[in-house]
Amino acid sequence: MIERLVELVNADEALVRRGRFLTTDFLVEVGETPYHVSVERGRMASVTRRPVLMRPWRFAIRAAEDAWLEFWQPVPRPGYHDLFALTRFGRARIEGDLQPLMANLRYIKEVLEAPRRLARSA
Amino acid sequence: MAARIEPIAGRYVHLTLGGRDCRVYFEEAGRGIPLLCLHTAGSDGRQFRHLMNDAAVTDHFRVIAFDLPWHGKSTPPIGWENDEYRLTTAAYVEAVMTFSRALDLDRPVVMGCSMGGRIVLELAAGHGPDLGAVIGLEAADHQTPWYDTEWLHRPDVHGGEVCAALVSGLVGAPAPDEHRWETLWGYMQSGPGVFKGDLYFYRVDSDFRERVAGIDTRACPVHLLTGSYDFSCTPEDTLRTAAKIKGAEAQIMDGLGHFPMSEDPARFREYILPVLARVRAARA
Repeated sequence: MIERLVELVNADEALVRRGRFLTTDFLVEVGETPYHVSVERGRMASVTRRPVLMRPWRFAIRAAEDAWLEFWQPVPRPGYHDLFALTRFGRARIEGDLQPLMANLRYIKEVLEAPRRLARSA
Repeated sequence: MAARIEPIAGRYVHLTLGGRDCRVYFEEAGRGIPLLCLHTAGSDGRQFRHLMNDAAVTDHFRVIAFDLPWHGKSTPPIGWENDEYRLTTAAYVEAVMTFSRALDLDRPVVMGCSMGGRIVLELAAGHGPDLGAVIGLEAADHQTPWYDTEWLHRPDVHGGEVCAALVSGLVGAPAPDEHRWETLWGYMQSGPGVFKGDLYFYRVDSDFRERVAGIDTRACPVHLLTGSYDFSCTPEDTLRTAAKIKGAEAQIMDGLGHFPMSEDPARFREYILPVLARVRAARA
């Protein structure tokens, strides 16, 4: 799912425009598997699976694989429907420098929710 | 005339709150039992526009919603530019009761959502005989904080954007986009620091866990309704609160979130109309 972020985000002009002031690297951990997500002015530059030695990230969002799979359902059930619902109930953790996350919160949340569209169109 | 004009009318009333003159905006529609509606933190009374346009409600209720000072079209009191806005339980009770008396409302039914749902518990406890009933939407006697409110008001994060993005997940997943985004627009329009100042009340100054058992529901019936998607005031929070209030009614609203009246008016209607019917029957 998360590997598809590059095509999903870059095909969404409105989403790219919303992120146009953001250039950053962040980490999404799906269970034990880390993904480095690289954003350049709102476009997804790359999503790289597995740890990349010495590559820094500004913030990390970590959750179990089953939590992400619930989160990516087309209409997720209560408690799995939002990034902060996940964190509030201890199903996800957010770490690192939160300023770029909070300053671009709608963008980041919509990026993370983008895989829901795959299930809708399937 | 071809244009559709809604039956809602808006006016301003001058109230003295905290010793200061406040120009307070309110809207109303309908005739009958006064139904005084209290908006959520960081938003305003427009959240109740669907109830005010619903003849099934306005045939029996005079639906009134005012914007708290600092919110919506109510201006902050003179001198605000040097204040750090912070809502307290005392100030909130004063605002509701002063507004109600100013409009000569006879035992209004007070319906509030979120922080409005919190304050109706205090109103029922402290002013029950003056009220017809209270309806708490997304209401509980206490909340466990789930984020740091410092993010809501600082120069390197846009306040309107972050307030809306923080609460966006509190809208139920099935909510229609049209109503989801109008609900969030209210948060985007909030003045700098206002949502944060409201949360001072919600997080710090309103622990009513010891207070709610003192509510006499014979004097002031209590109805609590909470959406299944609400993770700020969870269904468990509401049921726990209701269990402590003898005679209180509680219901979980399937598919709704933290802003039921504005995020999904059609779905909310199915839950609120029977409650309003019971309120009328009890008053008859």
